[in-house]
Amino acid sequence: MTSTQRAITKGPDTGTGEGDATEPSVPAVRRRRSILVGLAYTWLAVIILAAAFADILPLASYDRPIGLPRQTPSLDSLDLLLGTDQLGRSLLSRCVYGARVSLLVGAGAGLMGSVVGTALGMVAGYLRGRTDSVIRLIADAMLAFPPLILLLALAAVLTPSVSTILIGLTLLVVPTFIRLARANTLSWASREFITAARNMGASRRRILAREILPNLLPALGAYLPVVMAALIVAEGSLSFLGMGIPPPSPSWGGMISDGKDSIGDYPHLVFVPTAFIFLTVFALNQAGDHLRHRFDRGLHD
Amino acid sequence: MVLTTARRVLRSLVVIILVTMGSVALLSLAPGSAASVILGENATPDAVAKLNAELGMDQPLWHQYADWLGHAVRGDLGTSPVTNESVLHAVLTRLPVTLELAAMALALSLVVAVLLAIVSAAREGSWVDRGTTALSSVLLSVPAFIAGPLLIYFFSLKLGWLPVSGWARVSTDGLGANLRGALLPAVSIALTEIATFHRALRADLISTLREDYIAAARAKGMSPAYVMFRHALRPSSFSLITLAGINLGRLIGGTVVVEILFSLPGLGQLVVSSIVSRDLVSVQGIVVFVVVVYVLVNTLVDLSYHWLDPRVRKAATA
Repeated sequence: MTSTQRAITKGPDTGTGEGDATEPSVPAVRRRRSILVGLAYTWLAVIILAAAFADILPLASYDRPIGLPRQTPSLDSLDLLLGTDQLGRSLLSRCVYGARVSLLVGAGAGLMGSVVGTALGMVAGYLRGRTDSVIRLIADAMLAFPPLILLLALAAVLTPSVSTILIGLTLLVVPTFIRLARANTLSWASREFITAARNMGASRRRILAREILPNLLPALGAYLPVVMAALIVAEGSLSFLGMGIPPPSPSWGGMISDGKDSIGDYPHLVFVPTAFIFLTVFALNQAGDHLRHRFDRGLHD
Repeated sequence: MVLTTARRVLRSLVVIILVTMGSVALLSLAPGSAASVILGENATPDAVAKLNAELGMDQPLWHQYADWLGHAVRGDLGTSPVTNESVLHAVLTRLPVTLELAAMALALSLVVAVLLAIVSAAREGSWVDRGTTALSSVLLSVPAFIAGPLLIYFFSLKLGWLPVSGWARVSTDGLGANLRGALLPAVSIALTEIATFHRALRADLISTLREDYIAAARAKGMSPAYVMFRHALRPSSFSLITLAGINLGRLIGGTVVVEILFSLPGLGQLVVSSIVSRDLVSVQGIVVFVVVVYVLVNTLVDLSYHWLDPRVRKAATA
């Protein structure tokens, strides 16, 4: 509104020689950029790169002692930057390799769950009828498990490993995306271009894949960071309870659990992994809010 | 009205049946049958097979489920092969601790979130609003297993105000000691909930405050506080009730974490110790109990809408 008003008031005769003076110029809409969002994306870039290139980085091994146990953070060397844990292993190295596990599990389960959930949700929302009620019932039943309780139940029967945790976390994501995709599909399926496609003889599969799916992607994709944040918290809680990634692989939740008994004397054992989880989850939430504001139509209408 | 209620209850019943089926099937997924867990690793295959037959584990899955359901509806969730205790009894003795934690966390988070949301929404866009919104996005990223150790460090170890761990019973140690022990665990799980409640209520309040009837109330000369509390708060708070029902799931997960962290004798500690001792009968019983309670609470929340919000009642009957 304001930009068009400005363009009108500027009019053709106020142009003072820059480019074609007779064309009304519309100034670009100025977007308020938050420093916090910028910092969030920076942290995510740093932690993802560090996790991806952990093998190349000049870091000590995460499962071998590099010095005395429970050293406080110091600037003496890169490995001692964040201190050492109760076995004398470098906390920086363990946090970086822990990031690898957390991010891998969060992104992997987030992607798998969203693909399966979106497919089911689109089918439910487009076909309606009996298929819809069956799929909704499955989603309701899956949502009936409180997240951590479902993960614990799985941990009771399956030996914890990265792949079993991936399965558990995927099961958490599927019903959420069934609901999101179904709701979005319902609103797109009633649009004219879908009717047009159907009248031109497009198959159901083509309509779903070529007409509806591209329109869902921005809105659903914007939810991924928030979902990943929730998954990292869930994996952290599970590892904190000792039911997550088995040692010696480092995980942030497991490191907090290991350090919590000596928190009075060596608080850095807990504070360091806590800071990593907090910053990552906070950054993902900020990124999610930012993307949802830009891409989720539901928030604006 | 009656029809929608009946439909909602029926749907919850189907969900409960599906969920219990899933839990029973899960048990049979486990590597090594329940019998081999009871008898230990050195048991002969004959003995394992005999006990499996006694437990009904050699029956087809639907038969096992029918059998299990028949007992469950009579309140028999099985007997733990490890402790020889009735699972339902074990659940009920530990339930009060978990309930107190969850209720305290929910009450704390609702009170704090409502106050923060009113402060935010009253001056939308001001520095107070931006400050509280920033605070709530920080709190959103502080799960219980992060908040717990930090709170212990500052409030128990550095300041010495509250106990580090342990549970004081109201009957033997008095209410004061009990509440002091429950405070830190409850705050640990309340922080995330404060953030979600604050976000939802702030957004609802802001859109309510733009309604015409609010402008009318202001034009009549009513004080801002009166308008906020008597005209805006009630219609804005309905989504808070739904959210509280949904967030109960995360709250239950939070109680598991803080019960382990603060060593409190609740349901969460029971489920974790059952997993460690591979007591699958207990795990199954606890999971089913928790899930059924969670489904029932959310059904009640959905139904309560009809009673609480006159607009929904009218829309449903019309």
